Amino acid sequence: MKIITAIVITAFLAYVLGIYSTLPWWSFAISSFVVSVAIHQKPGKSFLAGFLGLFLLWAGLALIKDVANEHILSTKVAQILPLGGSYIVLILVTGIVGGLVSGLAALAGSYLRKSK
Amino acid sequence: MLAMRIVPFLLSGLCTVGLVIALNTQLPAGGSKTPRLGYFLSPQLGFWQNAESANTNFSGEVKLANLKGKVDVYMDDRLVPHIYAENDLDAYYVEGYLHAKYRLWQMEFQTYVAGGRLSEIVGEERLPTDRFFRRLGMVYGAEQTMANMEKNPEMKATMEAYSDGVNAYIKSLLPQQIPFEYKLLDYKPEAWSPFKTYLFLMYMSYDLTGKGSTSDLQMTNAKNYFGYEDFNKLFPNVEDSLDPIIPKGTMFVKPAIVPQTPANIDSAYFGKTINSTAMAPVVPDKDNGSNNWAVSGSKTKSGRPILCNDPHLGLNLPSLWYEVQINTPTHNTYGASFPGSPAVIIGFNDSIAWGVTNAGRDVLDFFDMKFKDSTMSEYMYNGVWTKATHRKEVIKIKGKPDQVEDMAMTVFGPVMYDRAYKNQSSEGKYLAVKWTASTPGNAVETFYRLNRAKNYDDYLKATSLWSCPGQNFVFASKTNDIAIKQQGAFVAKWKRQGDFIMPGTDSSYDWQGIIPIDENPMIKNPARGFVSSANQMAVDTTYPYYLGTANSFPLYRGIIINRKLTEMNGITPEDMQHLQMENYNVFAEMARPVLLWNVDENALNADEKKYIDIVKNWNLKGDYNEKGATVFKCFWDSLEAEVWRDDYQKSKLPMPWPDAPTLLENLMHDSVYAFADNINTPDKKETIKDDAMAAIKKATAHLKELEASNTLEWGKFKDTRVNHLLKIPALSRLHLPIGGGEHMINATKPTHGPSWRMIVHLTDEIEAYVVYPGGQNGNPGSKYYDSFVDSWAAGKYYRVLFVNKAAAAKHEKMKWHITFTNS
Repeated sequence: MKIITAIVITAFLAYVLGIYSTLPWWSFAISSFVVSVAIHQKPGKSFLAGFLGLFLLWAGLALIKDVANEHILSTKVAQILPLGGSYIVLILVTGIVGGLVSGLAALAGSYLRKSK
Repeated sequence: MLAMRIVPFLLSGLCTVGLVIALNTQLPAGGSKTPRLGYFLSPQLGFWQNAESANTNFSGEVKLANLKGKVDVYMDDRLVPHIYAENDLDAYYVEGYLHAKYRLWQMEFQTYVAGGRLSEIVGEERLPTDRFFRRLGMVYGAEQTMANMEKNPEMKATMEAYSDGVNAYIKSLLPQQIPFEYKLLDYKPEAWSPFKTYLFLMYMSYDLTGKGSTSDLQMTNAKNYFGYEDFNKLFPNVEDSLDPIIPKGTMFVKPAIVPQTPANIDSAYFGKTINSTAMAPVVPDKDNGSNNWAVSGSKTKSGRPILCNDPHLGLNLPSLWYEVQINTPTHNTYGASFPGSPAVIIGFNDSIAWGVTNAGRDVLDFFDMKFKDSTMSEYMYNGVWTKATHRKEVIKIKGKPDQVEDMAMTVFGPVMYDRAYKNQSSEGKYLAVKWTASTPGNAVETFYRLNRAKNYDDYLKATSLWSCPGQNFVFASKTNDIAIKQQGAFVAKWKRQGDFIMPGTDSSYDWQGIIPIDENPMIKNPARGFVSSANQMAVDTTYPYYLGTANSFPLYRGIIINRKLTEMNGITPEDMQHLQMENYNVFAEMARPVLLWNVDENALNADEKKYIDIVKNWNLKGDYNEKGATVFKCFWDSLEAEVWRDDYQKSKLPMPWPDAPTLLENLMHDSVYAFADNINTPDKKETIKDDAMAAIKKATAHLKELEASNTLEWGKFKDTRVNHLLKIPALSRLHLPIGGGEHMINATKPTHGPSWRMIVHLTDEIEAYVVYPGGQNGNPGSKYYDSFVDSWAAGKYYRVLFVNKAAAAKHEKMKWHITFTNS
């Protein structure tokens, strides 16, 4: 399915850009936009693909760090932010923040292709 | 149709950009600011990168260009590094590297505080702190000491090697690896330099001798308000219960300096009215102090000396201390180091052990200057208009234009208070500050030499270099010498000199000299078999120099330490552990009978009687579950308030409250106490018994509230915590199960107490026990961040691993090995 391809490529490109740590954290917005232009889908599906690509990447990476860390830092950060000290909520928030930026960029990409 | 697509494209594009901008901005949130959330939450760049795996392997090979030889570091299971280097400079290079690796944010933050640069990273709200420190001369003082140390090739090379090590680590950092707090506050580490070490040491001087920057002005208010005679009763120079560091009856040599009291002292000083009010944004805890003692082999089970030290400071995470062993061909030393400075500060080596407590002597004074006009270009000094130089301090403020402080410099020092920096009643006064910390010092050279000391003579030479903050250096050696010396640059003062603001128009009130080093109080191998200090006055009144007001010197810990050490024999390190954790309150022992004697029990209601009975049956200990400790404290504080509140109420200016011994010692002598009378009731003459009854009634109401909220137990009442340096609760350790407190050997108060506990048994193979309320790794995302806190609270210690390189290589507790090479 097209949407799965889009999700995987969105996540992969965001991960690769993230390795270059001198680039800003939002660099993936550009790659998600490009993916959405290249793999054209309806706006709703494009948003979903962009959102899920980053949600899964960010929540997944956070989860891996968090399990190895035995929730020491996430529990503290979830009190500072404040999210009631819940590391699960913090991981979800992490995924949603990345997902929203990526999804909106993908949405713009979808409209751009359509407008050609 | 095109427009119908372009519009949603533009809209969604704008939304994306808008969201990115919002997530890339620090947004205001309840008085502070959020991190840049997108960056902060990014798993590849933000805080998740600081979530250190619980199974982290700390081993590795590090290549550093500036190393001369190879350095092996073995990390034990508590993450204490044991540094084995082929030469001294390499050892300090690697010490700097490790400090940075585990404590970079903290060591840099501390220098931001000391150097008055908090506004740069936090914003305008910290400007008052920055101005205060700049105007006190913190940067100026660090410059003086640095210039002096640049002339000393050995120390210059040491400071530079250390600094290079810190910078080697900073340079190796990838953007995602910077410590957590940088990401939270959104700034980046900058390069380290030896100057930052000097700034940090200035902060320690402020913490331990800077009390006068607030108290001298408040004491002046109190003297003006009460008049000199009454002031003397509230803030005496001597206390009868004193058990000094140097036993009473010791003969002192004839003084080299006999300070001359100015002729006009009664009118110009004791009677003069200079109203002032000032409150430092960061006031040093008045009980910044410590315990140290050493017992000779004659009192121990092994026949070898034991040395103990627990410095009482603010309890913070990351801790002020970082445990380390440094082994080179010249020395093998273990102990607590300061992240931010080379060498070991409190510890031991193959031959000796040493520790420190604060001397508490007043080395910071204010002079009231007379300037020709508000440009502060000329001031009156010894009858002539004298030119003042000017010093500019530029304070950068995040998101705002710089603030420039223009300070006039006088013969005494910088003019801290002037028209531009004033307090509510300064009336255009110009106050210059003179402080020994601002004069060229030798910085850490004393500790550098102590790290290498082999015997008593080395100890004496090393400590003689020490100028500020004045310390009581305790010493013990394997060869069974014990000693204690109070060392620092102490001013030879006439009685009451510098307790108040002094006239600055001529030299008659100026300091007349520094007391010669060999006249400083000291004692070696006394007949009683032990030496000790607990910040009490070092000597009795037969000492030829003025030490300062008695309220600078806590009285009671010294009494109980000396009593216990006198009683103890056949001492073991375990006995010493119990002694450091002793919660017996000798103040309460003296004050309880006085309190009970003044209470008419027949006049009490049932509740009041119940609480009085709790005090009567109390074992005088501040253990965690003791209710008596809480009830006693509330009664006594309430009594002090009854006695003095009416006298203080009428002053509009801040004044210091009399210290604990003042009321107690007066009531022990005399049941008629003039201050007992409430000056607001002219038709009635209250006695101390009236005050005591009123105090019990008022305190009982409060005690019932405590009991209702289940916090009458002493430990719950005082509620000890170890705060993160940014005071963020989630990064702090709260509600710790520990007793102790003021007047007790275990001086653990709510946010202040034993910041490092050490016991060193000087047997052939040294046996040492240590613990501190923190952890080796400053990263809040590490399991080693607070790993010692529970042991510390429970009074448990860690047996130190003090081994040579060959033994370290195969020791089962050495979990990791890092090699440092230059290629």
